[in-house]
Amino acid sequence: MFQYVVKRLLLMIPTLFGAAVLVFLLMRAIPGDICYMRMAGGGGTVDLDVVRQCRIDLGLEQPLWAQFWDFISGFVIGDFGKSMWTGQPIFDEVALRFQLSLQIAIMATIVSVMIAIPLGTISAVKQDTWVDYAVRTFSIAGIAIPSFWLGILIILGILIASQAWFGQPWMPPITYRPLWVDPWYNLSMLIWPALATGYRYSAVATRMTRSAVLEVLREDYVRTARAKGVFETLVIRRHALRNALLPVITVIGIEFAFLIGGLVVTEQVFNLNGVGKLFVESVENHDYNMTQSLVMLVVAIFALTNFLVDIFYAWLDPRIRYVH
Amino acid sequence: MKPGRLYRVACLTFGAALIASGAAMAKDEPKRGGILKFVVPAEPPSFDGHRETTFALIHPIAPFYSVLIRVDPDNPASLTDFVCDLCTEMPKPTDGGKTYTFKIRTGVKFHDGSPLTAKDVEATFKHIVFPKEGVLSARKQQFSMIESVSSPDDETVVFKLKHPSGAFIPVLANPYNFIYSKAKLEKDPRWYEQNIMGSGPFVFDKREAGARITGKANKNYYHKGKPYLDGFEAIFAKKQSLRVQAIRGDQAAIEFRGFPPKSRDDLVRALGKDITVQESDWNCGLVLTPNHSRKPFDDVRVRRALTLALDRWGGSKDLSKIAIVKTAGGLVFPGHPLGLSQDELHKVAGYWPDVEKSRAEARRLLKEAGHPNLSFTFLNRATDQPYTIVGTWMIDQWKKVGITAKMHSEATAGWFANLRAGDFDVGVTANCQSIVNPLLDVAYYLPSGRSGQQMGVFKDPELEKIYDKMVSLADESEQKKLMGQFERRVMDEQAHNFQVFWWYRIIPYRSYLKGWKISPSHYLNQDLSGLWIDRDS
Repeated sequence: MFQYVVKRLLLMIPTLFGAAVLVFLLMRAIPGDICYMRMAGGGGTVDLDVVRQCRIDLGLEQPLWAQFWDFISGFVIGDFGKSMWTGQPIFDEVALRFQLSLQIAIMATIVSVMIAIPLGTISAVKQDTWVDYAVRTFSIAGIAIPSFWLGILIILGILIASQAWFGQPWMPPITYRPLWVDPWYNLSMLIWPALATGYRYSAVATRMTRSAVLEVLREDYVRTARAKGVFETLVIRRHALRNALLPVITVIGIEFAFLIGGLVVTEQVFNLNGVGKLFVESVENHDYNMTQSLVMLVVAIFALTNFLVDIFYAWLDPRIRYVH
Repeated sequence: MKPGRLYRVACLTFGAALIASGAAMAKDEPKRGGILKFVVPAEPPSFDGHRETTFALIHPIAPFYSVLIRVDPDNPASLTDFVCDLCTEMPKPTDGGKTYTFKIRTGVKFHDGSPLTAKDVEATFKHIVFPKEGVLSARKQQFSMIESVSSPDDETVVFKLKHPSGAFIPVLANPYNFIYSKAKLEKDPRWYEQNIMGSGPFVFDKREAGARITGKANKNYYHKGKPYLDGFEAIFAKKQSLRVQAIRGDQAAIEFRGFPPKSRDDLVRALGKDITVQESDWNCGLVLTPNHSRKPFDDVRVRRALTLALDRWGGSKDLSKIAIVKTAGGLVFPGHPLGLSQDELHKVAGYWPDVEKSRAEARRLLKEAGHPNLSFTFLNRATDQPYTIVGTWMIDQWKKVGITAKMHSEATAGWFANLRAGDFDVGVTANCQSIVNPLLDVAYYLPSGRSGQQMGVFKDPELEKIYDKMVSLADESEQKKLMGQFERRVMDEQAHNFQVFWWYRIIPYRSYLKGWKISPSHYLNQDLSGLWIDRDS
């Protein structure tokens, strides 16, 4: 098992390096200039000397290899440098947002698991009944409806309903307070995006759970358990579901990693100051340092999540570690 | 309900709301207390007003600072009224208009308790006008008329100019000219990029990266009795729909930049008397620029045809219902004494009252130039308001004289990059300024190399001559004459650039917010000291 873990860890290094090279080159291939955006973005007059000075300040006049060396050497020692846009340390800028993104990812995952596992299992057990059809319709709708659009509908629905019921329109807060500072405020802000993203997330997991449970229910050991007279609920819970969860965990793991940096539009719909929003802003602003750091963060999260999923797999299914 | 009828109902409602609020405003006594929450579409890159150019800095940061002079907060719509903030009296120029001596208030303190004197004002303007090596001063060029700044004592600041200039007082009233502490600047000239410490009506409280900036009332503010608010919270919200909903759901009282007509109508319809609307022409213009370095746009006849094809008077009526544009005007802000009168404007290509005659002339010019069926790619910014909407309208207008234009929209960075690289046939840009200061604002239209924003790739020594002569004159009537020549040369005779429409600023806000008065720019009158909240009214 130890060798397996070490091997999986070492495989993360080329992944991270490849991502670093790719993001570094891609960012510089995109047309645009941070200094011009900053000095002339509002449409006013701009002094070209000022733009030149700004480029020197930001190190953009250095050769590409020197810029890459600064980036990669900083990354290796954990120094992400400063945002080219705000001049603030990237670590501080990301830390605040990461906290919110992590909370949303956890909440959406909880919403998703609470919906997906029971519904997927019921759907499989009641295959081809009206229950199965209802669950499938619900989950297909979840895949089809973009979560940001659902988010907009949720906000409008809350505004209209609150005005109709209480006379004054109300909408969820648009600034963040941590859960331990003001739990009610925090949840009244984050529950809506968690529901919007959790629903889509659950739709994928529900379908995966259904397929996996259906497959396992046809296995010999399930038939044997039933033949021994084990209660059906125990057969489902102990024999079918545990084995069916392997692919479901993979999906949940990847979706979780995606939620940390991928809620680009949903975060803007709810004005969540998360990593996804920062990502978009940094690309728009041509803030190379910030974009590179965020890409590396997301790649690291994906690599780590995959690593944890692999370990969890190995724990759930002892055959895996022997194969490796 | 039909859209047209709905619009009229909405207009009547907000008109009534505006009148009602105006009447109420007259009898309202300021109330103390409360936190004003407002939304800002972007976050400022740094905190340094001397360095940055975005309104996103002004809205959350201006309340922390004093300025030497400013637009009259009681009449911010005026284009020529400037009053003291830190000075005691607006000075009369001496030495043939070349020396301005300002007396500075005594007893003013920075938020750290240190006294603010004329030395700080001097250090501030030296930081702006003559920045040290490595210090960025975004508007340094606008102060090129200043020869020296000095402070003979703690209460006097003297500006000596190279020549008399009508642009001096307006540029001094630029809202970015925050007064900084001399001690801080001497210690580190870039200290203000990452720190906030002024002497304005509000004291910096905290910043949450990407989320908000908050301020608390300055109890020692030198304008006695102000500010009325206990504090403010500037909330960054990028999506316009969210900012509108935030006002509707009372998560914010106002957004100071401006909304499109549809958002105004939605808010008025949803909130009725709880919403008040103020509107104004906006010191932002959409500028059409043919690339002179590309054929056939090196031919003035083709360039003139482009502007002659546009029915600005008709377009103004239609577009103002759906976009943040309204007034058809010249290069000078509508209504400013230096600008062309309506009669004069009617004689400029593209502003003729008879659009059919104008279009016939456009067709004739295109035929004469050998391009009766001209076709080109039109570079636009991929932003709905007002770029895409006005761009679509222009393409339709050009079609009427046989021109086929294909719109190529790019996100801001790509749009800028293409413009700067000269990789376009005809492109659209915006000229957005803070203070209405036509002598400096029209510098935007100077030839390439002289103006950092000119994308047309052309030389015109005659235009530069007119401009240089105009800015060095003290006589306003002479300046007006030269400004007329400048405008006609840019928009008609040489057709280098065309002003399409002036933007229109629409601010719907919660009626409990009192004391706010609209100005022609979203950069002006933003220190929040005269605002108060009255939820009982």
